[in-house]
Amino acid sequence: MEPQAPSDVSPQAPRVLAVASPDHTLRDPYRRVSAGVGLIIAALVLVVVLPLLNVIGRPLPGTEDVGAWYWISDVELNLLGRYLSYALLALGLDLIWGYTGILSLCQALFFCFGGYCMGMYLSLQTGAEGVYESTLPDFMVWNRVTELPLFWQPFHSFWFTMALIVIVPSLFAFIFGFLTFRSRVRGVYFAVLTQALAYSTWLLFNRNSMNLGGTNGLTNFKKIVPTFFGHATTFRLSEPGVQRGLYVVTALFLVAAYLLCRWITRSRLGRVLTAIRDNENRVRFSGYNPANFKLFVFTLSAALAGVAGALYVPQTGIITPGKMSVAASIDMVIWIAVGGRGTLVGAVLGALIVNAGYSYFTTHFAAYWPYFLGLLFVAVVMLIPRGLIGLPAQLRERLARSSRRGQTE
Amino acid sequence: MRSSRQLSPLAVFLLFVTPAVRAQTAPPPAVVQQIDALATDDGTAQRAAVAALGESGDRNVIPTLEALREESLYVWTPPNGTRRMVIARDKTTVDDHEQYLLQDAYGGARLHQADGSEISAPAEELQEVSVDRRVRTAIQVVLERFKLLDSDPVVRRAAAKNLADKGDIIALEALAKAQAAEPDPAARTVIDEAYNLLKLSAPSDQDKLAAISRLGVLRSADAVPRLEELRKTASPQLQAVILPTLDHIRWWQKVNRLLYAVFSGLSLGSILVLMSLGLAITFGVMGVINMAHGELMMIGAYATFITQNWFLAHVPAQAFGFYFLAAIPLSFVAAGAAGYVLERGVIRFLYGRPLETLLATWGVSLILIQAARFWFGDLTAVAAPSWLSGGIEVIAGVQLPYNRLFIIAFTMLCVAGVYLLLLRSSAGLRIRAVMQNRAMSASMGIATNRVDAFTFALGSGLAGMAGCALTLIGNVEPDLGQNYIVDAFIVVVTGGVGKLVGTVAAALGIGWLNTFLELVTDSAVMGKVLILVFVILFLQRRPSGLFPPTGRAVEY
Amino acid sequence: MKIYQVGAVRRTVATAVIGTVVLCMAARGMADDGAPIKVGILHSLSGTMAISEVSLRDVDLMAIDEINAKGGVCFTKEGKKTCHKIEPVVVDPASNWDLFAEKAKQLLLQDKVAIVFGCWTSVSRKSVLPVFEGNNGLLFYPVQYEGEECSDAVFYTGAAPNQQAIPAVEYLMSEEGGGVKKFYLLGTDYVYPRTTNKILRAMLKAKGVPEENIREEYTPFHHQDYQQIVQKIKEFSAGGKTAVISTINGDSNVPFYKEFANQGLTASDVAFSVAEDELRGMDTSALVGHLATWNYYESVDTPANKAFAAHFKEYAKKHNLPDAEHRVVDDPMEASYFGVYLWKQAVEKAGTTDVDAVRKALYGMEFAAPSGTVKIDERNHHTWRPVLVGEIKKDGQFKIIHRSKGLVKPEPWSEYTSPDKGCDWVDHKGTYEKNAK
Repeated sequence: MEPQAPSDVSPQAPRVLAVASPDHTLRDPYRRVSAGVGLIIAALVLVVVLPLLNVIGRPLPGTEDVGAWYWISDVELNLLGRYLSYALLALGLDLIWGYTGILSLCQALFFCFGGYCMGMYLSLQTGAEGVYESTLPDFMVWNRVTELPLFWQPFHSFWFTMALIVIVPSLFAFIFGFLTFRSRVRGVYFAVLTQALAYSTWLLFNRNSMNLGGTNGLTNFKKIVPTFFGHATTFRLSEPGVQRGLYVVTALFLVAAYLLCRWITRSRLGRVLTAIRDNENRVRFSGYNPANFKLFVFTLSAALAGVAGALYVPQTGIITPGKMSVAASIDMVIWIAVGGRGTLVGAVLGALIVNAGYSYFTTHFAAYWPYFLGLLFVAVVMLIPRGLIGLPAQLRERLARSSRRGQTE
Repeated sequence: MRSSRQLSPLAVFLLFVTPAVRAQTAPPPAVVQQIDALATDDGTAQRAAVAALGESGDRNVIPTLEALREESLYVWTPPNGTRRMVIARDKTTVDDHEQYLLQDAYGGARLHQADGSEISAPAEELQEVSVDRRVRTAIQVVLERFKLLDSDPVVRRAAAKNLADKGDIIALEALAKAQAAEPDPAARTVIDEAYNLLKLSAPSDQDKLAAISRLGVLRSADAVPRLEELRKTASPQLQAVILPTLDHIRWWQKVNRLLYAVFSGLSLGSILVLMSLGLAITFGVMGVINMAHGELMMIGAYATFITQNWFLAHVPAQAFGFYFLAAIPLSFVAAGAAGYVLERGVIRFLYGRPLETLLATWGVSLILIQAARFWFGDLTAVAAPSWLSGGIEVIAGVQLPYNRLFIIAFTMLCVAGVYLLLLRSSAGLRIRAVMQNRAMSASMGIATNRVDAFTFALGSGLAGMAGCALTLIGNVEPDLGQNYIVDAFIVVVTGGVGKLVGTVAAALGIGWLNTFLELVTDSAVMGKVLILVFVILFLQRRPSGLFPPTGRAVEY
Repeated sequence: MKIYQVGAVRRTVATAVIGTVVLCMAARGMADDGAPIKVGILHSLSGTMAISEVSLRDVDLMAIDEINAKGGVCFTKEGKKTCHKIEPVVVDPASNWDLFAEKAKQLLLQDKVAIVFGCWTSVSRKSVLPVFEGNNGLLFYPVQYEGEECSDAVFYTGAAPNQQAIPAVEYLMSEEGGGVKKFYLLGTDYVYPRTTNKILRAMLKAKGVPEENIREEYTPFHHQDYQQIVQKIKEFSAGGKTAVISTINGDSNVPFYKEFANQGLTASDVAFSVAEDELRGMDTSALVGHLATWNYYESVDTPANKAFAAHFKEYAKKHNLPDAEHRVVDDPMEASYFGVYLWKQAVEKAGTTDVDAVRKALYGMEFAAPSGTVKIDERNHHTWRPVLVGEIKKDGQFKIIHRSKGLVKPEPWSEYTSPDKGCDWVDHKGTYEKNAK
């Protein structure tokens, strides 16, 4: 029984280039300038304008005042901050899926690694302010652990934690990627392998004996205390100012990551990546080693995911193994699909739209939202394979085709 | 129903009431006295009466004691008659009032009027005799002694076991008598064991010695804790015998565990095969990643649930057990139909794009799960048919449950069936042709679209049957599929995409490996995690699985 | 709904949308007298926890309907009586712990609800705790839990371990309960079983049970294969007088009990997470005779309870709830139900929905719940409830075989594991050291 080799392109399916490649359009200098201006405006809005609207127009405390009409409430800004950290993760995922054609179903895992690193740091900072008033995190006390395990020790230091947030997921991705890409596992098999990885890690993290909080995860975060040049400043997470600051940091990271990814995709490296997506064997025959390139982007996307997780956690207040489940990873892929594969803006857009929709539907259509989400999956995949970014192009093509048909008849 | 509170222990004597009672074997007055003595608040007195009834050896008190245990024994005060003890369980309606049909406390026969009609009484005339847990335990022991002489050997065995647990020296005699008269060898062994366990508490060392040696020969697991206790206070002579006996029994327990693990692994492996067979066809043969595979299993499980309910409502109780046999083809059809619709509606447009199929089918699975939750609520009960409950005791201590044996046999049938279909039938020939070379098959006149739909429906139907079988060991709930989908994929990928023998081999291998890892690490979670790690590492070495697809297809 | 998109035109539209939304919310904030009082209902209506939590939402809405039918929450201010209807705001956190925190914030800060009835799992409660504590919100938590928590933002109407686990084991050890000597503590691997077993172990040791007679084991969520474990239990229970103390959660119960029955195990078993609602969806033939311990059963024989159960079944049918024919009421549902009434009583007593006033009013408050009178402790935010040991019957109901004498005082800090800790919000600020005086 010979199977048809599963691949992205096969003789019978229509040759659909699942990306709207913006590259050639940007050779037009007018487009390039306006795109750049658009980018600057967007960055300004995200980083400066929106937080400003949280500061001005605040309601006066202790009164019934609801604030100015343009005031962005703390809840909304916080929500937006979390969405932006998702967008950061989406950038990394788009880099490996949209541009390199690697479907990884364990991005949520790397997100959680970063999140847990940050969570561990925050738990240690809570220390004596916790329920049991001990230096050990709460869950260790009810787990009858008397001494802080060795692997928790590094997380006392802020900068070390920052380093680990990037290092841990990257290292993990590097090892896994090294073993996998070298054996030329790709496509569907790779997706299933990442599923297995996510599932087994989820099982492990759920165990209380791992000393990572088990299914309850880590919670009860109170403050961040970074040390600058030997001087420690305390930022209490319950203060709106601190949450605003976290939002700004997230937005900055998003802009920076976007620029980084843009630079990569525009470079020659980016070309090789797209080539790998389209036809890996030919790239190999041309003398490149695709495994190295794939390893690089996989590790980079893991690092981005880790940073995203670390930014997400102080804004949410809890990190649990539930966030690294297979379902969570698959949901992340759909953000990219909705926004538009292979376009970085599409990834950000998709992440924001889908998550905003999720929040909205669970409030207003409680119990029906899975239908909406499921339909979204199916509709996006079948009807708009290039996502929302590619929608105008798709409509244009359709119009062109039907007008062409009209002409020949 | 007022519980008995004002009756004095020995004050009630039987008088025949005006409505004549159909004559029974006349109950001996001593027994009758004891039955009446049951109607008291005093637990100690009740236990004494129960013990006395047990001593009497009169089998007619069995219904009495059983009723007492269930709290269906009452003191009946008819309006113009004297009090007597009755059993009241079944209800009837007389002139729009609910009344209880009365049974004789001694013997349990229904009471009838002189004209033959059944006597019934309203709740006001009946006073419940209540018992606490200690009395219930005492009743249990007495009943077990009676059950030693029951006609059914299974009952006799269970009775002997229970006596060993809860009984006392008094039971020794009964056990000795029973053993001598016992025709069934398995029952004889159990009675032997029970007898010797009780004998361990005998005063003389000689008796103890005999009991210990005998228990060693019988390899009795229940003896271990008692021997441990005994060891602390025994004489050196006894100790010399106890220690090797303990070692021997413990060794045998290890062997038991090992044997059971082998069965357990086979059972787990067969479940994996069943889950993965359908997926092997859709994924392996067609290259379609169907994340809704778990939900197709769920559809099969719900089909079983619906069949069960239909049988409950429309079929007499005796034939209820057959619902399961009817459910198997029904779940195949239901899931197959769903699969057909899925293929025609969604997957057909996504051939050659496996990653898109993954996402689209995931969306479908979300919808299906929520729809199931909406229609059926969250937990639905599927009762295993009686012929599949319980198990068969192969060796002492190793009981192989029937439901798992059934699943193993069922799996083998399915695999054989699929093989026959694919290799021997013309439909199978067409399927294989389309999968090997679609263009050529189309040129030869095979309707490839229809073959695709049929193959997918076949895979889905198999998933449905797996769901049906899984109701025997698990829940029927909307999330059913989510628990199994990752495992199923791993099995198919490890086995080698495209080869059914690979799937079967991988499933059995993973099943056994998982069971033994669980045995060795003594933790269910670690077993699972290690398996996944092993699979990941295995796929590094052999990326195409155990039985890779042959051929020189270049992935491009 | 706000859409933040990168693109000049769309951004302007987005700002306009935001502005309109904010305006609407501001408009809503201007309330009138007699205006409805908003309460939040924070239970998962989808996802893995929906099994359990949907019933709580249903019973909460039923309680609110009942109260509104009688006029609502009424208080007399300056001689004038105004009644306010209760307006429930139902959101679905979808068994997603992050979403719990998000929805809690939304309910407290945007919808400005007076109180939230919600949560089931300890994770969900712990994830919303900072939100409630940081924003002076109030949460009524109706589910049995592991204790070791003493927050002034929460009122715990479910059982603490000393109101469920401890009495159950004491009963088993007693002669009446069978004089059990060996204990196999089997649970799902998360905080509730872990902490409960920690307390039980301490208690068993204090009562002289030797170490080798106690076994502890944990399985992951959704674990389906109990073959090995049941074998181990079989070996452990050789010789009799063994009990399995089960804190297995959710859908793992069915495979466990099925394996239990099919391998011919006869040890007694008491469960803390199996109630009528779980039994409704199980084949009970495997479970008949097993025990459970709760503070309430549907089979409690009082007229108030019979009315409550009947009313709920009616309500289910009227509102076409799924499986309405077979709906049952159980402990968490009763706790949630009387929680709503306790709050209503407190609001009426305090004369305002202000959280601090209501909190003070709740201390020591009593209410005639379906199972009998219950009382909120004067100091520790927990509820005095009776303890009932029940035996599972074939119809999925419980036969009550043992009852505590009166109401049991709740102790969030167990005397066995934390004898030096107490929980008191009147003389202390929550958890305090008993010896440090």
